[in-house]
Amino acid sequence: MLTIKNLHAEVEGKKILKGINLEINKGETHAIMGPNGSGKSSLASVLAGRDNYTVTEGEVWFNGKNLLELSPEDRAREGVFLAFQYPVEIPGVSNLNFLKTALNEIRTYKGLPPLEAKEFLKLTKEKQQLVDFHSNLMNRSLNEGFSGGEKKRNEIFQLAMLDPQLAILDETDSGLDIDALRIVSNGVNKLRDAEKSFVVITHYQRLLEYIIPDFVHVLYNGRIIKTGTKELALELEERGYDWLKEELHLKESV
Amino acid sequence: MTSDMTLPLYQTLTADETALSAQVSLAGDNLQDIRRTALERFKAIGLPTLKTEEWRFTNIQRYLKEFSYEFLHSAVQVSADTVAPATIAGLDCYRIVLVNGHLETALSELPAGKGITIGALSAHTTAPGFTTWFNEQPHLASAVLAQLNTALFADGLYIELAANTVLEKPVHIVHVYTSNTPAFVQPRHLWVLNRCAAATIIETTVHPNSQAVTFANSVLETVVMENAELWHYNVQQGAENFREVHTTAAQQYKDSRYHHYNFTLPNTPFTRNNLSVALKGSHTETNLKGIYLANKHQHVDNHTFMDHIMPDCYSNELYKGVLLDSSNAVFTGKILVHQEAQKTNAFQQNNNLLLGDKADINSQPQLEIYADDVKCSHGFTAGQFSEESMFYLRSRGIGEDAAKALMVNAFSHDITNDVSIPELQQHLQDQIAGIMNN
Repeated sequence: MLTIKNLHAEVEGKKILKGINLEINKGETHAIMGPNGSGKSSLASVLAGRDNYTVTEGEVWFNGKNLLELSPEDRAREGVFLAFQYPVEIPGVSNLNFLKTALNEIRTYKGLPPLEAKEFLKLTKEKQQLVDFHSNLMNRSLNEGFSGGEKKRNEIFQLAMLDPQLAILDETDSGLDIDALRIVSNGVNKLRDAEKSFVVITHYQRLLEYIIPDFVHVLYNGRIIKTGTKELALELEERGYDWLKEELHLKESV
Repeated sequence: MTSDMTLPLYQTLTADETALSAQVSLAGDNLQDIRRTALERFKAIGLPTLKTEEWRFTNIQRYLKEFSYEFLHSAVQVSADTVAPATIAGLDCYRIVLVNGHLETALSELPAGKGITIGALSAHTTAPGFTTWFNEQPHLASAVLAQLNTALFADGLYIELAANTVLEKPVHIVHVYTSNTPAFVQPRHLWVLNRCAAATIIETTVHPNSQAVTFANSVLETVVMENAELWHYNVQQGAENFREVHTTAAQQYKDSRYHHYNFTLPNTPFTRNNLSVALKGSHTETNLKGIYLANKHQHVDNHTFMDHIMPDCYSNELYKGVLLDSSNAVFTGKILVHQEAQKTNAFQQNNNLLLGDKADINSQPQLEIYADDVKCSHGFTAGQFSEESMFYLRSRGIGEDAAKALMVNAFSHDITNDVSIPELQQHLQDQIAGIMNN
């Protein structure tokens, strides 16, 4: 589904990603971990098309399409979704209107007619229940005055509504208390199926107790330096990242 | 007033005094003295130039010279089809049609009932409300274009609500501006709400497609007496073949509320709105809200004046601009707090989104405060869309244009959301979205 080959990217002339290789198949969940500043969120931004990043080398293919040539909206319409680490507050844009616009723009792109008001409301209700999102937040301005947990839940609710093929969760767990973390993880788990893939970017192993990944990658200094299964996350929790860094330096000095 | 002049307007205004005097004589009404005095004032002040403080950023002479305008005093017939586009979907209202300021009775439904006087201004020049209030708003004397209007206006709408009279439905005034040759028209209106009266009045404009440009120099005086309340919406729909100087001069008395909403929409190349409110009683409330959404080479100038004469009054002014293409806007917010006007609360804010590469805004707050126990504030912003917000919307599949439309809707939300009539609110939001999606 997603193939990243030797991806290099920089922001304001500073090299951030230095050769990422990653293959994600349908139905898989990949966790990307790593210390602060290793490039985790940058990878998410580059995949979603944030324009202050410049890709200097490499390729990204999504279902046979060159992702890097698409605008952010077309990437979303093709089925890529980024759950933001810091969702933006937009006063004056109602959550409901925002979602309706997004959903219908995606449908138009796919050659489908806009959803009827009734169908839209039905879908909204269903997904609200699925991810436990309070209906009283629906008519409010997008994320305005939402608590940290409410914002993250809104991201997962949008994910449920827009039904992408690939969802990238950028540190969705940061700043969440344990109850909110459970609700968010539950929502994600309900959305997992054989067709959908997830990239879960996190700094903390704790999230991976709730969202159990198929693969765990460690990102350090702009590269994936180790790949393993969920046990790798536990090992990282116990031992930290230093042993990996040492391993890496040993390898490089050989 | 039926005979029309053939001299180009600009020359008449600047050089030909006898022609102007002759114009006044043409108006065979009982207002000759008022008209002559106004004409003298107009001549004494003279047409504004860029050196005139109040017109520093607006070159009106350029627009007066643009076409060979002639005074047009007589009425023009229009059909029902012409005013059809003015309909606000779902709105139950009294619709009144004015063509270049002349009441078109056949197309109008005038509210009737005890205490309601409404009709052509020319038919009410001896009404007590007229003789008491006409040309009495204190700021008109120094407003040169208003003086020209007083000297030479043809007609307009007179509304008087007797004490305790409440209009149950909104009045929707449809202004049609049309002419076969470049015309200078001067509508004149007077609305008087006596003690405890209440009304909602919506003004919109229709500009039938025609080759000729119409330049309107209109004046509206409103009087909101003790404990009366007026909701007033002015929607300047906009058209390529229209130019406008629009003067609204209001007076408020004790405990009254006046809510003025002004929406300037695209395409009219030149709009100057003079809005002034004189507070002649205490404990009043005034809300002045405005949105200007301009495109191409449009010039929109909102010149506002809150005159706090009496103590314990509250005024709140919020104007928001969205400037596309090479449009430019001027906002002047004068607040004068007289020494007697203690405990004044006066707030003013002007926010702008500069979206066109060559768009530009001149904003000038002018606060003159002579009382010492007041709360006054003003603020100004000009900016672009937040990149982070744009990226957020686009990352959800919303295209750039639709995202901009959402953001502009959001920007104007705190004004459109205050519109007290849901049908009008929807109408305005649709208009704004339609413009942004185009």
